[in-house]
Amino acid sequence: MLEIQNISKVFNPGTVNEKVALDGLSLTVEDGDFITVVGSNGAGKSTLFNAISGVFLADSGRILLDGENITFQPDYVRSRYIGRMFQDPLKGTAPHMTIEENLALAYLRADKNTNPLSRITRKEKELFKEKLRMLDMGLEGRMNTPVGTLSGGQRQALTLLMATLVPPKILLLDEHTAALDPQAAEKIMALTKQITDANHTTCLMVTHNLKQAVSIGNRTLMMANGHIVVDLKGEQRKGLTIQDLMNLFKEQAGKELDNDRILLSE
Amino acid sequence: MLHIAQTALSLGCIYSLVALALFLSYRVLDIADLTTDGCFVLGMAVSVSAAVAGHPVLGLFEAILAGGCAGFVTAFLQTRLGVPSIIAGIITNTGLYTINLMAMGWSSNISIIKQETIFTLFRATGIGGSWYAILLAGLIAILCMILMRQFLKTRIGLSIRATGDNKDMVSASSINPKFMVTVGLIFANCFTALSGAIAGQLQKSADINAGTGIVVIGLATLIIGETVLNGRRSIERNIAACLVGNIIYRFIYAIVLQTRVIPIEGLKLMTAIIVAAAIAAPSIKASLAVKGRARRELKDHA
Repeated sequence: MLEIQNISKVFNPGTVNEKVALDGLSLTVEDGDFITVVGSNGAGKSTLFNAISGVFLADSGRILLDGENITFQPDYVRSRYIGRMFQDPLKGTAPHMTIEENLALAYLRADKNTNPLSRITRKEKELFKEKLRMLDMGLEGRMNTPVGTLSGGQRQALTLLMATLVPPKILLLDEHTAALDPQAAEKIMALTKQITDANHTTCLMVTHNLKQAVSIGNRTLMMANGHIVVDLKGEQRKGLTIQDLMNLFKEQAGKELDNDRILLSE
Repeated sequence: MLHIAQTALSLGCIYSLVALALFLSYRVLDIADLTTDGCFVLGMAVSVSAAVAGHPVLGLFEAILAGGCAGFVTAFLQTRLGVPSIIAGIITNTGLYTINLMAMGWSSNISIIKQETIFTLFRATGIGGSWYAILLAGLIAILCMILMRQFLKTRIGLSIRATGDNKDMVSASSINPKFMVTVGLIFANCFTALSGAIAGQLQKSADINAGTGIVVIGLATLIIGETVLNGRRSIERNIAACLVGNIIYRFIYAIVLQTRVIPIEGLKLMTAIIVAAAIAAPSIKASLAVKGRARRELKDHA
């Protein structure tokens, strides 16, 4: 269970560019939740994810994961149990290293005590191959190919595999299909569902696709100005249309949902 | 003539370790580590002092240890104290001047008069005949190259490579990039110091100014080797490029020294120009391509 208690984050405080990105936000995520997050430009969605994953410290508030206070843990420590994916497919992999080497790096999370001077074992290579086969992209036959030569969709699929190779407690997806062509985006989304369902991974996903926001997962959050303005789950969420979502947002946030990339249909 | 070739080969092998160090810091970690000049002299000072005291072999290990410490200081400054990486190297380099004088007993140069060095010890075994210096230097260089290659394939080696390749991805994979930069710089400076240590024992002396420009020469040799071997394609090629580039450079140096086609004092300037041109080449190529396209299209529409 992830508990976010009253966190705030202000960028460039005391200057003309001051921006309140998170304003006393609280949120409790239950184990196994798959939450979709939508919001206006600059609503604080990515800031929220960065605060959870520890890219920066929140100015105030606390973050608890399974009861442990992780507020002051640096990001590389949290990444042991928090997986994340970005919109940019280039961010999640090392381009000059091979597919196998990238997976080996992701697999370092599996065990704290592996000998740092040991090398990738045959057993691990087999495991990586087997996992790659699941992607159904033929990557299992290209283990020694540098990742930089793969397409955006292939790289993002590999990043997804790396983020879930050792199942994380929480998976943060920040518009991870937004930079891909529609076909690749659909494929990555299907894989995401397949992998998170298989592991019952708790997941938070930012999306600008409102259809996805109401159809995927079991809970939807809408954000504006560093707050969560709409929180839908269970009965309230059933049968919800995109129009309902837009209306709810306008009612609660006092303005239209003004995301310049929002997709109203598929 | 033979003697010149032998000198070029043995110096090429010895200085290839500096290129190997720069390969790790500059190519793999993407950090310009300016500790190199001072660290080279540090290795030289420590090893020659140890040889003078009668411990030539121990001196090499002491030099490696000292170099590692210098690398740690630079890494500490940049990863923990927020000093920009180039300035961190310059600061350590400046401080090392005093440390190096101290290592030579507060003298600006020391010589090995009749004490043993690793080279005289090796010559005494009779292996290699008159090629003993090249054989020993080459053995050490190849050993270091194999060590570097194996190291970069281990889990910690992979983590270091990823740190230079994509920092975002590294911290998302539960690897601490600060730790990896630290390990990488320590390791690199061990090699630089070892290079100075062997060079000092070969020439039987250490001089406080012996390191001036070593970092630029190291980069030049790395780039020459990479160009000749198309070395950016794989780790193995890139490591081999360190040695090949150095041998080529030392032969050029020997030819200049013999024929005086340019005054020997001009060699550093020439090296600097080679490095600047090689590093600038991609951006010069790109801007020429744009200019060419602009000219063609303007002509077509005229």
